[in-house]
Amino acid sequence: MGRAPGAREAMRAATEGTWVILGASSPVARAFAREAGCGADLVLCGRDLDDLGRTAADLRVRRGRRVDVVPFDALDEASHKALAAHLEAMPAPLSVFLAFGSMPEQAEMDADPALAVKTIQANYGGAVSILQHLAPILERHGTGTVVALGSVAGDRGRLKNYVYGSAKAGLHAYLQGYRARMFRKGVKVLTVKPGFLDTGMTWSAGPLPMAMAPDAFAKAVMKAVRGKAEVVYVPWPWRWIMTIIRSVPEALFKKTNI
Amino acid sequence: MAWREMTLTGWGRVHQARSRAARPERLSELQRALKGAEGTVAGVGAGRSYGDVGLNGGGSALLTTRLDRFLSFDEATGELVAEPGVTWRDLLDTFLPRGYLAPVTPGTAFATLGGGVANDVHGKNQETAGSLGDHVNWLDILTASGEVVRASRDQNADMFRATVGGIGLTGIVTGISLTMARVPGNTALVHSRRLPDLDSTLAALMEPRPGQPYTVAWVDALAGGRELGRGILEAAGPADGFVPEKQAKSLAMPLDLPGFVLGKAGVRAFNALYWRRVSAAGSEARVPWRKFLYPLDAILHWNRMYGRQGFHQFQCVVPHAGGPYAIRRLLEAFGRAGRGSFLAVLKAMGRPGPGDLSFAMPGLTLAVDIPNRPGVEELLRELEHITLDAGGRVYLAKDSALTPDAFRAMYPDLPRFRETLRRWDPEGRFETDLARRLRIREGA
Repeated sequence: MGRAPGAREAMRAATEGTWVILGASSPVARAFAREAGCGADLVLCGRDLDDLGRTAADLRVRRGRRVDVVPFDALDEASHKALAAHLEAMPAPLSVFLAFGSMPEQAEMDADPALAVKTIQANYGGAVSILQHLAPILERHGTGTVVALGSVAGDRGRLKNYVYGSAKAGLHAYLQGYRARMFRKGVKVLTVKPGFLDTGMTWSAGPLPMAMAPDAFAKAVMKAVRGKAEVVYVPWPWRWIMTIIRSVPEALFKKTNI
Repeated sequence: MAWREMTLTGWGRVHQARSRAARPERLSELQRALKGAEGTVAGVGAGRSYGDVGLNGGGSALLTTRLDRFLSFDEATGELVAEPGVTWRDLLDTFLPRGYLAPVTPGTAFATLGGGVANDVHGKNQETAGSLGDHVNWLDILTASGEVVRASRDQNADMFRATVGGIGLTGIVTGISLTMARVPGNTALVHSRRLPDLDSTLAALMEPRPGQPYTVAWVDALAGGRELGRGILEAAGPADGFVPEKQAKSLAMPLDLPGFVLGKAGVRAFNALYWRRVSAAGSEARVPWRKFLYPLDAILHWNRMYGRQGFHQFQCVVPHAGGPYAIRRLLEAFGRAGRGSFLAVLKAMGRPGPGDLSFAMPGLTLAVDIPNRPGVEELLRELEHITLDAGGRVYLAKDSALTPDAFRAMYPDLPRFRETLRRWDPEGRFETDLARRLRIREGA
C-alpha cells in the first residue's frame, strides 16, 4: 500500500497478464498490441469487429497468445460495463492501452455544435467512463499499467483544433488524479502525448516533420511503460516544442493560425 | 478516406509519377478508397519495382503497406493466409525461427506479397521451385465492381491466371493463401566457385545439384574477350540447425553518389576484385538465409548509388535452345556500350509461371543494372531485339523501356489476359503507367 510501482513490477506487468487495447483498430494500437502480445494475453476492443477479428488473427499467428475481441464503443456505457465483466475472467494483472478517439475537422464542429459535444464525449467522456469501470479491477490486482494517449493538442488550445484539444486537456487532468488514485494501489498510469504520427489521421496533411511510424511509436511507448516517467512525449522532441508553444503569451497566441 | 497528392518513384528512380494517394489501414477503408478514387486506380506496394509498373501518373494510387496482417497459419500444412502489405522480411522474422521459409522470394525482403503476386516474382530457386504463383493456393481480389472475389485454379480460374503476374490490372489483392516451405534451420550451406568464362559459367548453372535448389551466377558484365561471362557460381541448400543470427545493423546510402564513382574504371576494378574474392578451388560457408537471399538489403536506399539520374534494370529470360548464344550476345552488347554496372545476375529457370503474363519460362535469365546516361535507350533497344530474336521475354517488374510491339510478341497469352480484363474490368478502372506504355488494355 502506498508505494510507487517500481521498475520491476512495471516490467512484470508489461510482460505478463492481460493487455486490454481500447480502440484496437487504430494503427498505433495495432502496433502496440504486437509489442504487448510478446508476453501477455490480449483483449482487443473497438467497433469494427471484422477488422478486430483480422488483427486478432494476426496476433495469434505472430505471438501464439490468447486474443479476445470485445465490442466497445466510447459513446455506449453499456459496452464499458460488459467489457469490465469480460476482463474479470482474464489472467491478472490487467494493463490498459487507451487509444480510441476521433478528430473531426474543427470547421465541421464549428458548423455543428452537436458534433463538438459528441467529440468531447468520444475522446474524454468515453475515456473517463471506461477507466472508472476498470478501476476496481486494477486496484484489486494491485499492479499493472494504464497507458492513455493524450495529445500535444491538449497542451494548448488552438484555433485549428480546440474542441479536440480541450477533450485531451480534460483527459490529461483526469489522468493526473487517476494516477494518484492508482498509485496508492501499485498501478502505474502513463500519459503519452503523441506528436505527429504517420497514420491515416495525418495522411492528408502530407509528409509531416518527424512523423513517427506506428511500430516505432509502439516500441517507444513500451519503453516508457518500463521506465520511470509518468508523462511522456513521443517522439520526445515534442516536449520541448510544447514547452515553447505553451510559453507564448495568450495575447500573441490568439493571433496565430496554428 | 484521406488522400494525399504525392510523387511515387520506381526503385530505379528513372520513372516518377504524380498521383492522388490513399493508404488504407483496414479492408473497409480500402473498399471505400476504391469507390471514392478519381480516375484510374493502381494498387501500390513497397515501391520496389524498378520501372513504371507500380506508377499511375495523373490517377489514383492505393497503397497497401498498412494492410500487413497474417490471417492464419497452419503449422501442419504450412499454409499461411496474409494481407497484401506483408513483406518477405516479416515472413522471415516471424516464421524462420519456427522452421518455415517463404517458398519463393524476390531479391529484396522489403517487397510486399501483394506486389510479389502482381509480378509473379521468382528467386534463386526458380528452376526447381517455380515462381511465387506456383505456391499460391488462392487469392482474394478487390475487383473493379467493388466486391472481393476469391480466385484459385478451380474457382474463377480466369481471374487467378490474370492476377498472378497481371501487374495489378485485375484489381487489388486483399488476401493471399500461400504454402510456406519447411527448413531444418536458419542458415543455408552456400558453395561458391569461380568460373573463368561464359561456357564454364553456363555449364555450371546447368549441372544437376541435388540438395542445392538455390543457384545463381554473378557475372562480370564488363569483362570481354576470353573473359566474357566469367563469374562466380553460388549454389545453396538448407543447412541443419539454428544458429544465433547476428542482427547486423543496416547501413544506409546517405546521399546520391557522384557519377564518376560508377564510371567505367571504377566498376571494372570492383568487378575484378569481386571475382577474385572467391578462390578458384571454391569455398563453402554457412550463411544466414537473410544474408544469402537479400545481400543488398543490408544497404538501405542502395538505389542512390547510381546518383540522381537513376538506373534501369534490364532482366530477360531466353529459352534454353539458343539461350547460351543469346546470353553471349547480350553480354557483348553490354561490353560494347561499356555500361553494364557492377554485376550481372545469371540464373536458370525451370518452369513457366502460372499467370497469363508470368515472366518465367524454362531457360536462362539475365539481370543487369544500367546507369541512366545518354545513349541508354539505344542499348535497351538492342537488348530488346536480342531477347526477342531468341524467343525470350523482358521482365515487367524491372522494365522501363519495352515497346508495345515487342511486348505483344513476348507475351503470347496477352489475348486471353485482355479477355479476362474485359470481363472483370470493362471500364478500365485499374491502370498503370507501364500498362499505358505497353498498350496492354488496348483491345481489352
